Amino acid sequence: MMERLTGAERQIALMICVVMATVGLVMAAAGRGDPMGSHGAIVLIAAGITTFFVLRAIGEPEPAEDRTVNYYDDPTKAGLVIALFWAVVGMGMGVWVAAQLAWPDLRFDAAWSSFGRIRPVHTSGVIFGFGGNALIATSYHVMQRTSRARLAGHVSPWFVLLGFNLFCIVAASGYLMGVTQSKEYAEPEWYADIWLVIVWVVYFVLYIRTLARRNEPHIYVANWYYMAFILVVAILHIVNNLAVPASLTGAKSYSAFAGVQDAMTQWWYGHNAVAFFLTAGFLGMLYYFLPKRAERPIYSYRLSILSFWGIVFFYIWAGSHHLHYTALPQWVQTLGMTFSVMLLVPSWASAGNALMTLNGAWHKVRDDATLRFMMVAAVFYGLSTFEGSFMAVRAVNSLSHYTDWTVGHVHAGAMGWVALITFGSIYSVVPLLWKRETMYSWKLVEWHFWLALAGTVIYVFAMWNSGIIQGLMWRTYTDSGTLAYSFTDTLVAMHPYYVARACGGALFLTGAILAAYNVYMTIRHAPEKHPERDYPTSSEAAEPAVPAAE
Amino acid sequence: MDLTHDLTSLIAKSFGLFYLIALSVGITVYAYWPSLGKRFDKAANSILDDEDGPCR
Ligand code: HEM
Ligand code: HEM
Repeated sequence: MMERLTGAERQIALMICVVMATVGLVMAAAGRGDPMGSHGAIVLIAAGITTFFVLRAIGEPEPAEDRTVNYYDDPTKAGLVIALFWAVVGMGMGVWVAAQLAWPDLRFDAAWSSFGRIRPVHTSGVIFGFGGNALIATSYHVMQRTSRARLAGHVSPWFVLLGFNLFCIVAASGYLMGVTQSKEYAEPEWYADIWLVIVWVVYFVLYIRTLARRNEPHIYVANWYYMAFILVVAILHIVNNLAVPASLTGAKSYSAFAGVQDAMTQWWYGHNAVAFFLTAGFLGMLYYFLPKRAERPIYSYRLSILSFWGIVFFYIWAGSHHLHYTALPQWVQTLGMTFSVMLLVPSWASAGNALMTLNGAWHKVRDDATLRFMMVAAVFYGLSTFEGSFMAVRAVNSLSHYTDWTVGHVHAGAMGWVALITFGSIYSVVPLLWKRETMYSWKLVEWHFWLALAGTVIYVFAMWNSGIIQGLMWRTYTDSGTLAYSFTDTLVAMHPYYVARACGGALFLTGAILAAYNVYMTIRHAPEKHPERDYPTSSEAAEPAVPAAE
Repeated sequence: MDLTHDLTSLIAKSFGLFYLIALSVGITVYAYWPSLGKRFDKAANSILDDEDGPCR
């Protein structure tokens, strides 16, 4: 793939690799005896592997292609394959975590395999590894198509993609070694955080520069969502990770905030990670791939603008609903609660807009599992935002907080919405990018759909039951005013649901494995589609068979 | 001047309210501005046939 870079670009890539290798060497030397040293070794190895690929191409002749006639899709392709890899790893970890909760012996007595270490491998693996790579890859695809411009640069998209994955690997390996900042979804330590800032700034600049080249007067709404995702995640990440390293040769650092300010900063981050990582970016996918796949324009473009700004400006204030009944001032809690309830409006506007787009094309939804993935994702998006707004009400939260109800809500959103929209998008974009007629096997797509749906429903229902039972047992008093149930009693009551959740998760994981296999076979074996001209063609040649006036 | 709790809550309760109202009104007006309808329709349809490659 590096052969498509020009000689000058290959040299820049090589220089970046050398700088990275130096950084890795310094980290490894300075951090000897500390997890930071192992991370230095990882950076060094990653730089070495990349150098190998660049060097292999460095003597090759200059690329002969005309860059003005097609899009640059190599990084997109790589990103999608990497996303599927992380899906299998991250969800595999999820099933393991779920199984440990049901059968604690599955820890096998090692330190690295304890619940507290593999749980963040699951959460980061699925959110950043799977979700993040899918977002980066699809954003490259969408920004080029919607602006009818090629990516602005050929090295920076690779830098962003590979740099982001280096961050993910450093994060995951750090958890297994016990490295953590103890901030949920922001666990990696200071040097990984600094690295992510660099990667993210390059990503933002790349996006803006590509948009600046656009040949469409209006910036299509999907781009707004992707840009909000990039920009706001940068702000959140920088502020929440402000910290002072205990020493420059070790991983440990101390947060710049203390007490309730620290908690508020963390959940301002945490909730907006949900909003801008797990929602805004994936809404970008929805607004592009769903109309495209249904071959119908979005039902109301105006509504999509309204809901965009609604989501952006309401979400920012909602984080305090994670801190009900804490030392946080009451009015801040109420503020978060109010904004959470208002959030229902733009959220349902998006979900409704998606479903209304399909209105009149239900036969396509019935026949096409790919479109069905997207439709069900929109339904789960509506469901989980309704549930979230409800749980944000303080009185409801007093029951749901700390219980498995929250975990059920999380996965209604994460599996039902985030994962399903991603799989739908992957299935619609893979044949296009690799120039195949269709996916290798539509039957496997169909299987995946039903496995994923069954897995999600089992998971979410199990957690609703488990969580509400748990919450009610915690607040049941005897006549003499003491607690009626011990903690162990709740565990016994929850055990069957934990087993059910592990089974549901296994179904979902099986679906993800089928997806990875199907994509692999599509790349390898599906019949190629031979367009009359080299693909993509110019617009004159691609006149629709039926004139547009009909 | 210190950024006290009282001051931040005052700002949130006064300025915050009005700026959000102004924002909502502004966005609604923009989204429903009649003469922009054509542009939005064109944008909504533009993605349906976009594989014809970049021009630059
Ligand atoms: C194979 C499917 C999956 C299984 C079996 C699974 C399992 C689990 C388990 C057991 C936990 C820990 C719950 C606890 O601490 O009590 C968890 C947490 C979490 N998972 Fe998953 N998961 C799956 C898929 C996903 C996906 C696709 C995402 C995101 C895109 C995701 C995001 C999360 C998040 C954010 C948490 C933390 C929740 C919290 O702190 O409240 N999971 N998962
Ligand atoms: C209108 C939209 C939403 C609102 C108002 C909302 C509200 C809430 C509330 C009240 C909690 C529980 C906080 C607690 O008791 O600690 C929560 C937790 C959570 N929600 Fe949502 N939610 C929304 C949408 C979503 C979506 C779409 C997703 C996923 C894609 C999601 C992912 C999460 C996660 C990961 C947590 C767990 C955080 C943690 O404790 O680790 N939420 N949400």
